[in-house]
Amino acid sequence: MPTAAAKHGFAKAGFAPWTDSALQPLLRIEDLSKRFGGFAAVDQLSLDIYQGEFFALLGPSGCGKTTLLRLIAGFEAPNEGRILLDGVEIGAVPPYRRPVNMMFQSYALFPHLNVEANIAFGLKQEGLPRAEIAERVGEMLTLVRLEGFGRRKPQELSGGQRQRVALARSLVKRPRILLLDEPMAALDKKLRGETQFELMELQRRLGLTFIIVTHDQSEAMTVADRIAVMDRGRLMQVATPAEIYEQPNSRWVADFIGNINLFEGRVGDDGTSVEGTALGRIGVAAKIDAEPGATVWVAVRPEKIRLTPSEPAAEPSHNRIAATVADIGYLGDLSIYKLRTGAGAQLQAALANTLRSSELKIGWNDTVWLSFQPDAAIVLTR
Amino acid sequence: MAKLVVRIPYVWMAVFFLVPFLIVLKISLSQTAIAQPPYTPVFDLAAGWHGVRSFLAGLSLDNFAFLGSDPLYILSYMKSVEIAAFSTLLLLVIGYPIAYAITRTPRRVQAVLVLLVILPFWTSFLIRIYAWMNILQHDGPLNQLLLFLHIVREPPAWLSTDTAVYIGIVYSYLPFMVLPLYATLEKLDETLLEAAADLGCPRWKTFWLVTLPLSAPGVLAGALLCFIPICGEFVIPDLLGGSRTSMIGQTVWTEFFANKDWPTASAVAVVLVCLLVTPIVVFQYQAMRGAERRS
Repeated sequence: MPTAAAKHGFAKAGFAPWTDSALQPLLRIEDLSKRFGGFAAVDQLSLDIYQGEFFALLGPSGCGKTTLLRLIAGFEAPNEGRILLDGVEIGAVPPYRRPVNMMFQSYALFPHLNVEANIAFGLKQEGLPRAEIAERVGEMLTLVRLEGFGRRKPQELSGGQRQRVALARSLVKRPRILLLDEPMAALDKKLRGETQFELMELQRRLGLTFIIVTHDQSEAMTVADRIAVMDRGRLMQVATPAEIYEQPNSRWVADFIGNINLFEGRVGDDGTSVEGTALGRIGVAAKIDAEPGATVWVAVRPEKIRLTPSEPAAEPSHNRIAATVADIGYLGDLSIYKLRTGAGAQLQAALANTLRSSELKIGWNDTVWLSFQPDAAIVLTR
Repeated sequence: MAKLVVRIPYVWMAVFFLVPFLIVLKISLSQTAIAQPPYTPVFDLAAGWHGVRSFLAGLSLDNFAFLGSDPLYILSYMKSVEIAAFSTLLLLVIGYPIAYAITRTPRRVQAVLVLLVILPFWTSFLIRIYAWMNILQHDGPLNQLLLFLHIVREPPAWLSTDTAVYIGIVYSYLPFMVLPLYATLEKLDETLLEAAADLGCPRWKTFWLVTLPLSAPGVLAGALLCFIPICGEFVIPDLLGGSRTSMIGQTVWTEFFANKDWPTASAVAVVLVCLLVTPIVVFQYQAMRGAERRS
């Protein structure tokens, strides 16, 4: 596991508290359910989040990730289940008494207060002395690089500056967990990228635990130590970004993250191949955890597929097929090839554009051979 | 063409507000006369330039001096401001919870409640005040109820008191306070309240630190929208109030109809407008600033 985390370039080296069975989670969610009318937004969900994690809740609209965040913050009361922070149940504790703070998607800065007063707001409620409040506010302004902006009102700031005030305001109380509700949704692409790295840096430096809700896959993959992929109130998979991408546990997760090629087939008698797929027989690297003859699906990521103008000579003789290039999507750094086999099966391959030459080696309607290694095949039983 | 359309409101204001006010101002500078119209001098262009000069010579500030000399008028102004101020306060205390409660109901219900607040306007204002006269009568429904519940032993006298005037004013002007407050409170961003709770405020503190300050424009708008017209109220104090001290509206009425003293009546009106100029300007400035902030 630690090596998988290190494989993902931006992870903290060797940081994997979820693998340590002796460690108690900071936040434990047990069989949590929240219903609105007849509709279950969160459905018997259980999750452990550890101190120091940058944890992402990822999923399509309506999957319940925001509801889960609000349950942790205290804005919603659960119908069933428990929420334990440091082993103490906080399900019935109102939000103003939880050591948890939230950064809202719309920032929710108080328009009648200036930046300093906004940041100091939470500290004032704690009854701290004026001098200490002023000092901590000053610290925060430096941390988010907004020195000199203290007297301005939120209306006089840009979107990025407002976001930093919202971040400062929620961090100044030194919460046990910081909740971020799609914090970068309103920023442009470049600013978003910069802010993602700033957040990661901040989280690492302060040693805090962050839980971020996002619908943007690349954002979750970039910032998170672990991602919980949700659908319709349930957890589909909880793992590191690399594990989710390379070892999805279901067709749904494989399809939701990135692009995927899926082939249905039956487990072969030897247990290391899948027969009857659109590509014929597919050889896989490890022994399949299913009975021979059982229906399984083989998932292959587009970038793992090799395209050659003629049939590749190397062994093994399966995991290859001829196809026609139906469409090419040029994305700059890579190109997506939509391929169609003689039998009509559709596949996607992605190749990095390693040569600057604009002359495409592979063109529309060309016949190519696609092939992939056995270990590139992920076998999914559901 | 666009400029012409924009000028129309100015023309309207000039014809229907400025000109009548100038006429009243002119009358306030004239003297009473047993004539038709009952004041002199009368502006008559037919008399030529000489006529205009004698006209201007006939104008004087005597009436304004007269107002200062008789305590009746000063007391009347003070009474009006006192009643208007206290009524506005009562309206605020009663109207704010109503507006706030409306915003806490589901959207569909809100529309109905706002309609109910406006509904009394569909009936005649005068009839509603007569209805209050009926209710507040010595043997009217209110006293009957109080006797029935044994809250009092003797039926109290309601009519011809300041209390009745306050009841009438608060009842009539409540929509003017509730609607601006509702409009402001309804625009309040709910996530601000959640943010306040997240940062450590229980419900009452959130109200005090966030809701109340942000509703200040609505409070000011409602207060001015009530205070300014209440100062000039006539019907309510006339029908429900006593004769001990009258509000300025009644004073104008008395001078105009009972004493047939148009110049004095006009002078009283002009002074009232001058007194109210400050709050009116404040109200306009507030409204403009609110519009600027929204754009």
